[in-house]
Amino acid sequence: MARIKVPRKSTAMDMTAMCDVAFLLLTFFILTAKLRQEDPLHVDVPASTTVIPVPDDNVATLSVGKGKIFFGIEGTDIREALLDEMGKKYNIAFTPTEKKRFAVIPTFGVPIAQLQQYIALDEEKRKTYPQPGIPVDTTENNELTNWIYEARIVTRNLKNQELRFAIKGDAREEYPAYKKVVDVLQKQAINKFSLITSLKTQ
Amino acid sequence: MAELDTSGGGKHKGGKIRSKKASTRIDLTAMVDLAFLLITFFIMTTTLAKPKAMDMFMPDKTKKDVQLPVPETRTMTLWLGANDKIEWYIGAPGKSRPTIDNFGKDGIRKTLVEQNKKIEETHQGPDNYMIVLVKPSDKSTYKDFVNIIDEINIAGIKSYGVVDITAPEVAQLKKDGNY
Repeated sequence: MARIKVPRKSTAMDMTAMCDVAFLLLTFFILTAKLRQEDPLHVDVPASTTVIPVPDDNVATLSVGKGKIFFGIEGTDIREALLDEMGKKYNIAFTPTEKKRFAVIPTFGVPIAQLQQYIALDEEKRKTYPQPGIPVDTTENNELTNWIYEARIVTRNLKNQELRFAIKGDAREEYPAYKKVVDVLQKQAINKFSLITSLKTQ
Repeated sequence: MAELDTSGGGKHKGGKIRSKKASTRIDLTAMVDLAFLLITFFIMTTTLAKPKAMDMFMPDKTKKDVQLPVPETRTMTLWLGANDKIEWYIGAPGKSRPTIDNFGKDGIRKTLVEQNKKIEETHQGPDNYMIVLVKPSDKSTYKDFVNIIDEINIAGIKSYGVVDITAPEVAQLKKDGNY
């Protein structure tokens, strides 16, 4: 009996085009990816149904957790200028090296008196350094108020834009801790700010 | 899907020994696998880790003269107590017993939608929407606060405000065991 022979085809495919596409995409993602910086203060943000992402630049983040407040601001040039202004205010002479080192610290929570000591540490030691948070009390002239105030001025001078504020609060934190930060902002007539949340499905 | 070597090298029947022509094709499968693995990794770490921002507007504290009189029948007051509990009432304080509610689909979200509808039906004019006053107590967590603002946004409440809680309200929360 004659059989119809099915021609056996090779299972090997030409992978060249696929490889090209894969590496093109890979390059794109590597270039657009922003390395996630490790937060010195671990904050477990609450979830909400908001879908608007946090703006990337020109934003200061106030982290609230474990009763401490940490301050973070984007942009190395802004950080450098900010430290200069704060040094003038508190009569601390920061050296140019200290300013350069400070410019790469994204978030910190030390009182200004301890700041020089903190800057002098290397990156590994900074992670384990017990940061007490930025001091805040009910007086008009507390440190957090000054950081916020100077940051706004520096941003306006350098970027000619209004600085935006985002509050990153821990979900388990009690309300008064958050209220304290809002009061500081409202005293400077900042009535619009963002609350950082993670995404929740309804 | 390894490619078979079909060039048939090594079977020369005498004669001239020809130098074997090596195939220029390389097996790219493993390389593609690796590339896609890395792509997956970068997609996961970039887009999913993006935090979201919920915009908050607080009333200007420096301007005292812009307060509008609001009928009490249109205001709903919410107290945030301890252990994720909410107490709410409509109208003037002290007239009706506050209802104890909790978070979730059948809790405060349903209440907000129902009460908003009721108020819109019973009031005339263009300004017939419900006004919600959120009063977080010192025992409520930041999560509760974010949740309630989120619920208000979901329910489509046009006007809301965050107000400090007063001592008699705290006393009522205490009495109900939510402080």
